[in-house]
Amino acid sequence: MSDTRILVIAEQEKGHLSSATARVLDAASQLGGSIDVLVAGSQASEAAQQAARLTGVSGVISVEDSAFDHMLAENVSALITSLAEPYTHLLCASTTSGRNVMPRVAALLGVGQISDVIAIESADTFVRPIYAGSVLATVRSLDVKKVITIRPTAFEPVGEQSAASVSSADSTGDQGMVTFVEEQLANGERPELGGARVIISGGRGLGSAENFRLIEGVADRLGAAVGASRAAVDAGYVPNDLQVGQTGKMVAPELYIAAGISGAVQHLAGMKDSKVIVAINSDEEAPIFQVADYGLVADLFQALPELERKL
Amino acid sequence: MKVLVAIKRVIDHNVRVRIREDHSDVDLTHAKMAMNPFCEIALEEAVRLKEQGIADEVVAVSIGDKSVQEQLRTALALGADRALHVSSDTAVDSLGAARVLAEVVRRETPGLVLLGKQSIDSDNSQTGPMLAALTQMPQATFASSISIEGDRLEVTREIDGGLETLAMSLPAVVTTDLRLNEPRYAKLPAIMKAKKRPIESLEIDTLGIDVTPRQTLLRVEIPRERQAGVRVDSVDELIDRLKNEAKVI
Ligand SMILES: Cc1cc2nc3c(=O)[nH]c(=O)nc-3n(C[C@H](O)[C@H](O)[C@H](O)COP(=O)(O)OP(=O)(O)OC[C@H]3O[C@@H](n4cnc5c(N)ncnc54)[C@H](O)[C@@H]3O)c2cc1C
Ligand SMILES: Nc1ncnc2c1ncn2[C@@H]1O[C@H](COP(=O)(O)O)[C@@H](O)[C@H]1O
Repeated sequence: MSDTRILVIAEQEKGHLSSATARVLDAASQLGGSIDVLVAGSQASEAAQQAARLTGVSGVISVEDSAFDHMLAENVSALITSLAEPYTHLLCASTTSGRNVMPRVAALLGVGQISDVIAIESADTFVRPIYAGSVLATVRSLDVKKVITIRPTAFEPVGEQSAASVSSADSTGDQGMVTFVEEQLANGERPELGGARVIISGGRGLGSAENFRLIEGVADRLGAAVGASRAAVDAGYVPNDLQVGQTGKMVAPELYIAAGISGAVQHLAGMKDSKVIVAINSDEEAPIFQVADYGLVADLFQALPELERKL
Repeated sequence: MKVLVAIKRVIDHNVRVRIREDHSDVDLTHAKMAMNPFCEIALEEAVRLKEQGIADEVVAVSIGDKSVQEQLRTALALGADRALHVSSDTAVDSLGAARVLAEVVRRETPGLVLLGKQSIDSDNSQTGPMLAALTQMPQATFASSISIEGDRLEVTREIDGGLETLAMSLPAVVTTDLRLNEPRYAKLPAIMKAKKRPIESLEIDTLGIDVTPRQTLLRVEIPRERQAGVRVDSVDELIDRLKNEAKVI
């Protein structure tokens, strides 16, 4: 497949390459062919150096322009389409940015998009979950150019190599369609959900925002990231970026502890690929026990403080 | 201002999906169908904009076979002023839907188009940004709050790191996240009345649009089920097993 040419669109913030990039490159390398990486935004050149050292990368294109900060879809899609011509595959992680930008790119190119790919069968055939992960679909793309988002947790991060060459490309600039107003980002004291080795999540069973401290106490002991069910987010116990599930984050840590979470399919969609699952729930019939490796039928108001003490 | 809301008919989110014996596709025969939950939120937002005097007309549109008229009737009962059925015997994919919606936008010239952030069947999450691209409109996906003043739209979006606010001018495309609002239920008299209301209809073939699906489905599978593991009797046993058996802590 020597005519396969892949462009991976990497996300970066303040010169730091997103950790998902190394995983998207694993997917890219399974397609065969040459791989370029595009990094755009303020301080893109720093992130470009990091991308150049990831295994499998043939070249990095760096476009330093603040128009691409926050991955504004109107600006980034214009840049990607200006560079798309030689490429057969355009790949991005299925983060909220990837899912915002890539369909816009696909439509501008007049092709379809394949979302949230979890396995590569060949250069045109992919596996992706549908119906909240209750079904896996194998699909073949009929488009000449394949625009794809990759679920990072389904792939392993690639290693390092001696740096590939970095070049720059002309900026397509600000399209003048949107302005960034502000952002409220979670403070990063804890590990990020996407890359955490251990996650402890709380659900409606916690009962209040204050009680979520019980989850945080155990998280501190384990160096774990904190997650939540939709019910816990909707009730205002924790912010939205902690939601795990079909419409939240997809995670696959070594250890996932669910406390006070019933185990609705939409929640399971986001965590059932975890290596070891622990469920703590007072209802022994709760569906979460059907996917748990270790189930503890207990009142979380007793079990969590005890866990924190004994860990 | 006119608000256009795209409504998709999907399997009810409480139903367990089955697949055909030959693994060729999912099996939806006799499955309970409903309006995509994110479309309910989109419609609710449109109706609220009308109640606030910001919108003056809410138009619901759905692409599909005759059965989607059921969801369009629900939309009328929930407060849509008009319903438009773009009839197509075969299902359209996200690009096809976006192309059809772009044509509807050209004809209807709405000030705002609201879509769900994703369909709970395909889990694609594509149609909104595709429509924005095709109509050269700005886009705001995964909206958790919207405010409109004159022709300026401010949208707060749910993103991986938290929340982000963008400003743009109308017309624009917005896709709805779960926390944008809590949709109301249709009242019985409104449901009865909606049964008699007209649904405008458009044949997809007359639009001159290529809606050939861009992917072929080769096979579906039910993922290997996780086996339930063991019940532990105490926190001590749990810690012991995580340390010495699973070796994850
Ligand atoms: C379109 C759509 C998308 C969705 N997306 C998501 C998603 O991305 N993520 C998600 O999580 N959900 C999602 N949902 C919601 C999902 O269907 C469930 O409603 C939700 O996951 C329930 O959250 P929960 O388990 O915290 O609450 P509940 O179902 O109310 O469960 C609470 C649990 O806590 C237990 N409990 C109560 N008190 C105690 C105690 N003292 N000690 C121990 N246990 C206790 C109870 O036994 C119960 O099992 C979605 C739904 C829809 C329709
Ligand atoms: N056949 C359709 N008819 C009307 N709206 C649709 C259709 N398909 C998708 N949409 C809209 O696009 C949104 C996202 O769909 P998708 O991109 O398929 O996940 C849905 O919530 C609808 O608002």
